Amino acid sequence: MPEYLLLLLLVLPFAGSLAIASLLRTAARTLPSWLAGGVALLATILTASYYPSVTNGKVVRYEIAWLPELGLNFTLRLDGFAWLFTMLVTAIGFLVVLYARYYMSAEDPIPRFFSFLLAFMGAMLGVVLSGNIILLSIFWELTSIFSFLLIGYWYHNANARDGARMALTITGIGGFCLLVGFLLIGHIVGSYDLDRVLASGDIIREHPLYLPALVLILIGALTKSAQFPFHFWLPNAMAAPTPVSAYLHSATMVKAGVFLLVRLWPALSGTFEWFWLVGFAGISTLLLGAYFAIFQRDLKGLLAYSTISHLGLITTLLSLGSPLAAVAAIFHMVNHATFKASLFMAAGIIDHETGTRDMQKLSGLFRYLPYTASLAMVACAAMAGVPLLNGFLSKEMFFAEAVETHADSILDQALPYIATLAGAFSVAYSIRFIHTVFFGPPPTDLPKPHPHEPPRWMRFPVESLVFACLIVGIVPGLSIGPFLHTAVLSVLGPETPYYSLAVWHGFNLPLVMSIVAMLGGAALYFALHNYLARCEDGPPIFRHLRGQRIFERILVTVSWKWARWLETNIGTRRLQPQLRIVAVVAFLAAFLPLHLSGFDAKLPPVRGVDPAFVMLWIIGMLSALAAAFLAKYHRFAALLLIGGSGIVTCVTFAWLSAPDLAITQLLVEIVTTVLLLLGLRWLPKRLDKIDESATFSARLRRLRDFAIAVACGVGMSILAYTVMTLPVPDTIANFFLERAYSEGGGRNVVNVILVDFRGFDTMGEIAVLGIVALTVFALLRRFRPATESIGLPEQQRIQNAYDDAQPERNKGDTVRDYLFVPSVVMQWLFPVVITFAIYLFMRGHDLPGGGFAAGITMAIAFLLQYLAGGTRWAEDRLRILPLRWIAFGLLIAAATGAGSWFFGYPFLTSHSQYLTLPLIGKVPTASALLFDLGVFSLVVGATVLILIAIAHQSIRTYRVKAAPKTEDA
Amino acid sequence: MEFILSLGIGVMTGSGVWLILRPRTYQVIIGLSLLSYAVNLFIFGVGGLKVNAPAVLQDGVDISAYTDPVPQALVLTAIVIGFATTALFLVVLLAARGLTGTDHVDGREQP
Repeated sequence: MPEYLLLLLLVLPFAGSLAIASLLRTAARTLPSWLAGGVALLATILTASYYPSVTNGKVVRYEIAWLPELGLNFTLRLDGFAWLFTMLVTAIGFLVVLYARYYMSAEDPIPRFFSFLLAFMGAMLGVVLSGNIILLSIFWELTSIFSFLLIGYWYHNANARDGARMALTITGIGGFCLLVGFLLIGHIVGSYDLDRVLASGDIIREHPLYLPALVLILIGALTKSAQFPFHFWLPNAMAAPTPVSAYLHSATMVKAGVFLLVRLWPALSGTFEWFWLVGFAGISTLLLGAYFAIFQRDLKGLLAYSTISHLGLITTLLSLGSPLAAVAAIFHMVNHATFKASLFMAAGIIDHETGTRDMQKLSGLFRYLPYTASLAMVACAAMAGVPLLNGFLSKEMFFAEAVETHADSILDQALPYIATLAGAFSVAYSIRFIHTVFFGPPPTDLPKPHPHEPPRWMRFPVESLVFACLIVGIVPGLSIGPFLHTAVLSVLGPETPYYSLAVWHGFNLPLVMSIVAMLGGAALYFALHNYLARCEDGPPIFRHLRGQRIFERILVTVSWKWARWLETNIGTRRLQPQLRIVAVVAFLAAFLPLHLSGFDAKLPPVRGVDPAFVMLWIIGMLSALAAAFLAKYHRFAALLLIGGSGIVTCVTFAWLSAPDLAITQLLVEIVTTVLLLLGLRWLPKRLDKIDESATFSARLRRLRDFAIAVACGVGMSILAYTVMTLPVPDTIANFFLERAYSEGGGRNVVNVILVDFRGFDTMGEIAVLGIVALTVFALLRRFRPATESIGLPEQQRIQNAYDDAQPERNKGDTVRDYLFVPSVVMQWLFPVVITFAIYLFMRGHDLPGGGFAAGITMAIAFLLQYLAGGTRWAEDRLRILPLRWIAFGLLIAAATGAGSWFFGYPFLTSHSQYLTLPLIGKVPTASALLFDLGVFSLVVGATVLILIAIAHQSIRTYRVKAAPKTEDA
Repeated sequence: MEFILSLGIGVMTGSGVWLILRPRTYQVIIGLSLLSYAVNLFIFGVGGLKVNAPAVLQDGVDISAYTDPVPQALVLTAIVIGFATTALFLVVLLAARGLTGTDHVDGREQP
């Protein structure tokens, strides 16, 4: 089998999920299930055909470079153990899809269900197949997310929402810890590659960071596998549809935790810490889970706690650190998946047929569902560990390992007794399941009074799984034997011990323990029988101590009480204090380091002062100060004044040999002014009010702000002066200056940097520009202006009143008359400005100009037409489609960048040469020119879109609610 | 030259900071514009000031004669992006004025 098919195996479920998601809005019922079933079946077949490639410890690897600089590769890796698990995920996945096809009712949105289920399958396959631990943790998170979506599938149900949220919180925290743990492991080993990690067990175990890494990884694994003390999310997740429980909470997702423990077993296990941490969690879960399971009233609750207990058994086995125990753990994973999935499905059938899962209501169903009952009984017997069924074999192996001494300690010595006790509990709850549900008097008050056998194909998945339990239980060596051996060999390698899967090992201690557990469990059940028929839900004593309650208490404390405390004590929703903090922090960030490093503000003497430059900046500074003074009440004046500062800035750029900046600044200054002017139309006048500064506190506040402003200004001056008078060191500038012509093919270095050397940055910037323009556009679509400004502005009203008063004049004549000459000039300028834009664009690579400047010029050309004739006039004659300009710009920029791939160069590599055109002569044509065309087009589109969107507000009709009030104002 | 420019940068910064700490949205937008002038000039000035330097590459001119193109490239995009953010802020400002009926930055008058 070629290794690239591994990628197909991984992509297949996700692709299927997307395909089904496209049916979300349709009422399709059969198509999604066929698709999902087809995908699952195909994946199963694909996996099965990989078997010859993984036997005898062989590994299939598929690798794509992902972030090789960080040592991260997209590595897929299939060995015997992963194969076994992949088989479980895909095959049980197929059966679950088949089952769900009949289980889901007509009212449920079927495509959503199957879409999530397939996506979950994909995530699970990702966890199993990852050959890189970072990749593994990404898929690990995906399983958490899709399990959240699946548990919350019936989101109209509050229990489902709570259960989903709890599962996500717990497994999400675990996933985060896992990632940190993996980063530590990667730090220790020096690689995230799974093979390297597995081969470096000794280095990891001796490293001082071993314990933190171990604890973090264990938190990840134990939360996922619902191990004590994180077990409580699993019973709450039972609010999910039963196919989800059968798949996620028995066969796959909760197994991911123990899967990981097995996977990392060669790297992490065998230490004292491992034994204690894993062993403690495993043994307490094993015992508590089984004990709790006895006292559940809900069928699925019983199965959930039983799952917890069985996962505890697997964890316990893994804690022992002996190879034989690892074999038993792997074996039990498979066995548990088969019998538990079938039991969940049987519980689903019972729920489906009777309408309840309450064991105090269910009774005597054998007469109605004889066939399902028989299947459930066999599966239950496997769960209890009855001989000739698969559960018996792995349980015997567990008992045998429990008797062995591993790490000499109280925990180890107590293990045989604990194991027998847990065995007895599991027998008790298995008998309870069968006895209460299927035997006894006929049920009396079922929600659906006439249960009957489910459809043929709904039973089929249960049949196949139970059949597997039987086959494995009776002839283990011929059925599961070789596959198990392959899996074990891939985990343990040369350490693989001798083990026997025979049903009969002679009359030995484990068998005695089994018999004790059977008899004890049966006795326990019949002793508790009457109590269980009437008792409240949950085990005695413990039912008051609920993990869920504790979890919620913690969550409320952290996310509500603490958060609120923080918000009220150190937070504010007011903008002014926030900005004040920003300003002060910015000041200190510059001041403190300089002060601490002994910066001496001995400034070099002032030299070379040009009087014209002084005059220029006196104007600039006065404009800035006046704008600051007037911005509150005299907005228009303030706008003109900052325009003055802007022009001074622009002249400064020109003066100091930066023509590109000067051009761009000038053009942007024009559009900014127009923009703010358009905005002022919608900002009602601020009338002079009584001066608030009368109060002392307000005056103090102003004084403080003034001090901050002065400090920032003075600091900035000193800083700027110091920096500018320092001798300029050798900077990266030389690199660009030397190579701009030889490698970028342009003489205008600034432009070459923008479109060539740092083209990727520019690409990001134009994308931002496009996004901002679209945001402005979107915000204005539902724009509701201030009520005071809905009516016509004062000037228009005066003009209209004048026009109305004169009988020979029409409305709008005045404005037309007095702008007549300028508007004709502006209309005539249209082609001129466009030509100028093209000129700026073409010369950009060698002379000042370029895409940005040309784009804004072009936008101004359009803008002038709007100014000259008004919005309606302009749009009758000119259809500008700014969105297309934006899209075209982005596309061409990206395409130019991607074009260099075809020639085998990295993204955005440019090529330049001179092209001789008739009449015009030699024209430099670099591929960067195309990129610049993208910049140009985007800048045009974005600028025009923003301005037009605002200008358009004037011709919209608003529902005027408060219009009369405007007249008074 | 440097002295005047840095003085100018300082005044613009001071005016800008003063304005962004004011309670009216329009004051903030004007303040941000002034701050962006100051910051652009500062970044530009870091590359060193040169009068009458050749603007584009010419044959036979030593590299040290040119101005530093890197800050210029940075500032050039900053100018354009500055326009876009001003536009965005303006629209938010107008929408807030329409929705809240006040031009206070917090959407309601502070007592």
